[in-house]
Amino acid sequence: MTTVSMTVNGKAVSGDVEDRTLLVDFIRVNLGLTGTHVGCDTSQCGACVVHVDGKAIKACTMLAVRAEGSEITTIEGLAKDGELHPMQAAFKENHGLQCGFCTPGMIMAATEFVERYKVSGIELDEAAIRKELEGNICRCTGYHNIVRSIEDAASKM
Amino acid sequence: MYETKYHKASSADEAARLLAAAEDGKFLSGGQTLLPTMKQRLAAPTDLVDLSQIDAMKGITIDGKKITIGAVTTHAEVASSSELRDVCHSICDLAGMIGDPHVRNMGTIGGSIANNDPAADYPAAMMSLNAEIMTTKRTIAADDFFVDLFETALEDDEIITAISYTVPSKCGYAKFPHPASRYAMTGVFVSKNVDGTVRVGVTGAGASGVFRHEGMESALAGTWTADALKDCTVDANAMLSDIHADGAYRANLVKVLAGRAVASSC
Ligand SMILES: Cc1cc2nc3c(=O)[nH]c(=O)nc-3n(C[C@H](O)[C@H](O)[C@H](O)COP(=O)(O)OP(=O)(O)OC[C@H]3O[C@@H](n4cnc5c(N)ncnc54)[C@H](O)[C@@H]3O)c2cc1C
Ligand code: FES
Ligand code: FES
Repeated sequence: MTTVSMTVNGKAVSGDVEDRTLLVDFIRVNLGLTGTHVGCDTSQCGACVVHVDGKAIKACTMLAVRAEGSEITTIEGLAKDGELHPMQAAFKENHGLQCGFCTPGMIMAATEFVERYKVSGIELDEAAIRKELEGNICRCTGYHNIVRSIEDAASKM
Repeated sequence: MYETKYHKASSADEAARLLAAAEDGKFLSGGQTLLPTMKQRLAAPTDLVDLSQIDAMKGITIDGKKITIGAVTTHAEVASSSELRDVCHSICDLAGMIGDPHVRNMGTIGGSIANNDPAADYPAAMMSLNAEIMTTKRTIAADDFFVDLFETALEDDEIITAISYTVPSKCGYAKFPHPASRYAMTGVFVSKNVDGTVRVGVTGAGASGVFRHEGMESALAGTWTADALKDCTVDANAMLSDIHADGAYRANLVKVLAGRAVASSC
């Protein structure tokens, strides 16, 4: 066992893990933050996306020990003072989720790339949104409304 | 995933020592190939030696026309480097076509090249750009580095520290991504050098992995247009053939994409 420490949603946390423990398992099992989902075992679906030091990554494809000392944001960390993040609110308003399984990953991916496009000054049009969502699969195939939700949120972020 | 022991290295020397001391260790870089393989229990290293936090192996250096990219530089860093884009945008475009944004935030050029997946993008660029692969033991020309499917000239304890190349006068990359995996069903990187010679690197298509196509190279050395390729032949029997695409389909893709790569080059 190895003791790992990191900051998750603004709170310092630590725990004992086996070296083979994936970050997603540390988040779900040790911390009980089950909003981050696991939708595949091939690193392809993006249901597990979280931010590590501001970058969207697949938490199923990073070891927990590798995240030592990092700042992590999960879906649970987006709402502030009981107010949904604009991306969460937009998914709710635009029917951006059906079963909701892919939604945490979609939202964590989208909050990162909307920010990234804003900083770089490149226009985030529909084609760009679809390209940025290449690593996120929706089993209910509700992509049209997911794209619409992100367009809506981007105009408010 | 089977049990393993994780070690974080702070220098290439330390990493080589850690690996030598391990029973059956492997280097870990971005983990975007190795961890999925371990999750499937297709690999079971006793030890993982993490290279990704070795500062001396990070970043992009531009010295006139000479580019050096550290082995643990991520695909996202290459794709988004405006300094590199100014001198050689094709390598940035290629990095931006790898997988998806999350894979690009973790995956590294050294890991991609060391893995030598027959459908990986970077090997085509390394061959076409006549890149040098710098390791802890020597410098290897791309032509000698990629040996066969998932096989390279690297020894078990040899670490890629960086890759380096001289920006050609023109280059371009075109890829036909597999619709599900986003890996290259075929990808072609073309470069025209200052002395007029041309190098064409093809990934995703060859039955023995990445290769150069000499017929196309001489045709393009004559005239640098997609049209110059029309009489070139690509041997369908030397192509990969699987449920996604048979040899004849891939052979056709090689020609079509080489033309697109030339048309997009600058
Ligand atoms: C969903 C998905 C889609 C993808 N799509 C594409 C795609 O379209 N195109 C593409 O090219 N790739 C694709 N990849 C692979 C991705 O580019 C990987 O990042 C890359 O192949 C391996 O790099 P890594 O840094 O993640 O290496 P790791 O997974 O950490 O290592 C891979 C191998 O290389 C060895 N290694 C790593 N670094 C070094 C080094 N410096 N010296 C010596 N040996 C080393 C390791 O021991 C291991 O055997 C995809 C991956 C996923 C999960
Ligand atoms: S659970 Fe991580 S990509 Fe599917
Ligand atoms: S809403 Fe069901 S998987 Fe996307």
